[in-house]
Amino acid sequence: MKKTELLFLKEDVDIPYNWAAGRYGSLFLTRLRDEGKFIGNRCPSCGKVYLPPRVVCGPCFTPPEEIVELGDTGTLVSYSVVNYPFIDPETGSRRPIPYTLGYIRLDGCDTYLSHFVDETDPAKLTPGLRVKAVFRPREERTGRLQDVLHFKIVD
Amino acid sequence: MTNVAIVGAAQTPYRRRRDDASLAELVHEVTVAALADAGLEMGDIDNIVTVSNDFWDGRTISSMAVMDASGSSYAGGKNVSTVEGDGTFGLFYGAMRILSGVYRTTLVVAHSKGSEGDPMMITNSMFDYIYTRPLGLEFISSCALQARRYMDKYGLTEADFALVSVKNRRNALRNPYAQLAGELTVEEVLASPVLADPLKRHDLSPISDGAAAVILADSPVALRLGRKPVWLKGGAFCSEDHFLGDRDLAEAPALREASRRAFEMAGVTDPFREIDVVELYDACSYMELLWLEEMGFCPRGEGGTLIRSGETAPEGSLPVNPSGGVLSAHAVLVAGLARVIEVVLQLRGEAGPRQLGPKPVELGLAHGINGPCGQSHCVLVLGA
Repeated sequence: MKKTELLFLKEDVDIPYNWAAGRYGSLFLTRLRDEGKFIGNRCPSCGKVYLPPRVVCGPCFTPPEEIVELGDTGTLVSYSVVNYPFIDPETGSRRPIPYTLGYIRLDGCDTYLSHFVDETDPAKLTPGLRVKAVFRPREERTGRLQDVLHFKIVD
Repeated sequence: MTNVAIVGAAQTPYRRRRDDASLAELVHEVTVAALADAGLEMGDIDNIVTVSNDFWDGRTISSMAVMDASGSSYAGGKNVSTVEGDGTFGLFYGAMRILSGVYRTTLVVAHSKGSEGDPMMITNSMFDYIYTRPLGLEFISSCALQARRYMDKYGLTEADFALVSVKNRRNALRNPYAQLAGELTVEEVLASPVLADPLKRHDLSPISDGAAAVILADSPVALRLGRKPVWLKGGAFCSEDHFLGDRDLAEAPALREASRRAFEMAGVTDPFREIDVVELYDACSYMELLWLEEMGFCPRGEGGTLIRSGETAPEGSLPVNPSGGVLSAHAVLVAGLARVIEVVLQLRGEAGPRQLGPKPVELGLAHGINGPCGQSHCVLVLGA
């Protein structure tokens, strides 16, 4: 059989969405924007404090209705200095590397928040470091998790 | 109630790009081959489960694109259903359909092409769009957080993880279906480019294209066919929270529970002694150790000791990923069925140059994961 020329068809898909943050998400993000504060919610059954606050405690299947105000400091539980080119989902263009992703336990909270850490030297990073949120100036905040610029090491 | 057997199995070779085949052509290739392996014809198949993912395929209802290729429109149409998750979950669902008594033969077929889309954008898209996705977390960086947490909590090292890559890429030398194979040293793994510390190039599975199919049958059909059936002795899948921050990434309670249930169903009380081969979902090197611990093959934190002991090499007492594992070929969704197929081949004694022995292979475990950092796990215990 004659060898077939193999063809390819290129498509750049851009499908826009408009996500609802929901009741708890909106409460969380407006407090973040207006007051520069994190809030969580506590399950009345197991006592676990969730951030972001949400409609149900999965393991108990109970609504965590009590809103809890959390501080802006916490512990760096895990992290990674990311070193490969990546298209930033926020901007659609290539994000400068390296940058550091952190897995952070805010004081008084039982879940972990993923966010940036402004230290890319692996020698200066270790699990257990104390970190503090750095917020964007009030006028730049729009009610998104990115109203927090990053976390900085405070040890 | 009937038992369920795997009576046919087929997979494509896994390659970085299969330019010569569309998704439907990949699915057709393994469907025809699995039927031939079983000694069945399309008319003998009474229902079909396709496994696919809309983001990887770049279209909604991605299963629709392969239905004719999997035989669903044969002779007026068959009952077809779809699983969006790993192929092991599709197999589990297919087995339940036979256990319902309504169906006697199920074709389960999974496909994926990592080459056609953008794996980083696609795996970024699995995360929550408000709290996680904007940070750019995707497959590699989320796994890096898990690897670091596992190291910190249980004292494992990057060198322990490197030993997994060395073993599995060496095993792949004897598997013509594998995509990456070679003799690596621990030093070479450690010196490979750091992508997201502590993960380096050789800690990671490749991007792959491929498809795989298995045919399940009830006992009467399985026993009537000439080929030695492989019985599903036990199976379970469990899931935990999706939001990464709700989980301690050094723990995999869903795998612990799925293993417990599958072993209980299969009557396995001492997995290390009773299981002859394990094929698990090592999308990254560290996963092999973390998953083995959570399955109960060694105490928590002893995964490094286990790999250093050599017991998980093909000549050891608990061979793990003799196929080369996911580290050697990672067609997403298909990779769990590839684990099943390797166990089937080992149980049948048809694994060619990588056939384990001389002790007969009588009981094997195949494992698949779905979701970030192993959010959900399927454990299947298969026996000759």
